Amino acid sequence: MSDTTKTVGGSGLQPNAQVNTPAGGAGMPASYLQYDKRRYGMDHERYAWSQLHTRPRVVWPNEARVALWVIPALEWFPLDMKGKPFKPPGAMVTSYPDLRHYTLRDYGNRVGIFRIMQALEARGIKASVATNAAVAVRYPALIKACVDKGWEILANGLDMDHLHYEGLALEEERRLVTTSLDILRRVSGQTVRGWLSPAKSESFVTPDLVAAAGCDYLCDWVNDDMPYAFTTKSGTVTAMPHPCDIDDYQILINNHHTEDDFRDALIDQFDVLYREAAHGGGRVMAVSLHPWITGQPYRIAALEQALDHIMGRKGVWAATGAQIVDAWRAQPAAA
Amino acid sequence: MARDPNLYDYLPNDGSRPKITWPNGARVAFWVAPNIEFYELDPPKNPSRGAWARPQPDVLNYSYRDYGNRAGFQRMMEAMDRCGIRGSVSLNVAMCEHHPEIIKACADRGWEFYSHGTYNTRYLFNLTETQEREVIQDSIDTIKKHTGQKLDGWLAPALTYTDNTLDLVADMGLTYVCDLFHDDQPGPVKVKKGRLASIPYSLEMNDVIVYNINLVSPRRYAEILKRQFDRLYAEGAESGTVMCIPLHPYLVGWPYRIKAFEEALEYICGHDKVWLATGREIAKHFLDNNYDGFAKAAHQVAEAPV
Repeated sequence: MSDTTKTVGGSGLQPNAQVNTPAGGAGMPASYLQYDKRRYGMDHERYAWSQLHTRPRVVWPNEARVALWVIPALEWFPLDMKGKPFKPPGAMVTSYPDLRHYTLRDYGNRVGIFRIMQALEARGIKASVATNAAVAVRYPALIKACVDKGWEILANGLDMDHLHYEGLALEEERRLVTTSLDILRRVSGQTVRGWLSPAKSESFVTPDLVAAAGCDYLCDWVNDDMPYAFTTKSGTVTAMPHPCDIDDYQILINNHHTEDDFRDALIDQFDVLYREAAHGGGRVMAVSLHPWITGQPYRIAALEQALDHIMGRKGVWAATGAQIVDAWRAQPAAA
Repeated sequence: MARDPNLYDYLPNDGSRPKITWPNGARVAFWVAPNIEFYELDPPKNPSRGAWARPQPDVLNYSYRDYGNRAGFQRMMEAMDRCGIRGSVSLNVAMCEHHPEIIKACADRGWEFYSHGTYNTRYLFNLTETQEREVIQDSIDTIKKHTGQKLDGWLAPALTYTDNTLDLVADMGLTYVCDLFHDDQPGPVKVKKGRLASIPYSLEMNDVIVYNINLVSPRRYAEILKRQFDRLYAEGAESGTVMCIPLHPYLVGWPYRIKAFEEALEYICGHDKVWLATGREIAKHFLDNNYDGFAKAAHQVAEAPV
């Protein structure tokens, strides 16, 4: 089975592209039925194949069962965005100038993020904030507020209209990586170790460029519930389980579910991870948020209720991405 | 191109069909069909269908599916184990080489393997008959070599076809297909050679359709599964019905989705007149007992005017 023809909104988790080219009758070239990478493990060299339940148990600090990792995103969608090679989730929709979508996204940076900040602070949670470098340039006061709260700055590229993709010239992509990191490091004063590509879009070399620029963990691949070792030309970095399927964009905007459904999804996600951790070792519960979505007055309580459920359990370690990466690397599972 | 696939005659579900009697008087033959798939990061292009929504490498969608093998499969399997359900695996057969651990876990439980092509990123569109036979033979050989099982069932990779597909799978010795969605009961498939049964799979119960197309919540999915079962169980008192839950570990296997699925499975398996079957078993029962009667009762369809 596979995805069918209907196109799902802008989440990025779309059914496969459909092309209606009539069959020619000549058949496919012989190479179409040759499988050069049909072998044990993966069809690429980025990571080793392994199943979560077969790995050594992870023991978090203080024997916590679940590491809670909250990742709000600070995004800037330029009004004149080109959407190349595709429109990322949250992109402008109408003809230029799309004031309504531009300003609603910006709502997150002016208002929504501070509701999230209060919700997290009240529960003793420090976030890793995935930040477009353009936001640091435009709103340095916001970066300072995050840093003052002890939040980690996680690089999220230059802005939401500079996607990394195959076909982008190597030097241009390198410039995007280094420029973004230079800005975020200068404005935040932090090392900035983690990288999330805008819209999780990569070229074949993005992980190499990001690692060469000094990042040691990567958040683009959504294939695991736990950190794992990821190979680049500049050494091994850690892939972190930054989710897409269960984030607020997917559930509230793409799926049109209610805020109560979002709360229930977070609670159900946590409960299963917590149950598994009892025998399978420590787990990571990642909560990806967009302040323009979750930071709305009518939605923030859903986040607060989910966090109350999670923080009300014994053995929950609220941590930043860098703290989780460091604790994971000290484990036999990382070997 | 044909106007009608010409794969089955018209057999209305109006109470006149020959009765299907499942083993032990069961009302519903219930089967679960996990799609165990491998999607390639950089597959060759087929002019009739792109492999990925984004330019390759589409790391988001690739890794989204890889999640099923790394994490989701185990959760799904444990939920099935708790209810004593044997899966009928819709298998991209290259999984035998890539991830033999998963194949072994299924084989150890007595699960059936049927073919879902070689990779979910290699489509049947535009293949010649010779090429399509090569794909089917690859499935027959690979499943035999890695599991010892004879290949009986077919679900075309990513639901891609040629006009020849079902004729060829019947000709090469398979006994059933899951590609037709026209009925709640098995039925004969009109093929050039051999006896082929259509076994109800389901798009409506399929987690890809439910989650990625219809965008429902996990708790709602549990409700859908229970309602579907309730009606098929009631109707099965008259003549046996089939309920299939087609699954994808990359969807159903998420922590926040697995609880609702477990709950629905427990509900279904808590009924006594349910036959927990595999696709092969349902096909064999139908072919042995009902195929001829159904074929005879069906009405030939006249050609509609142009």
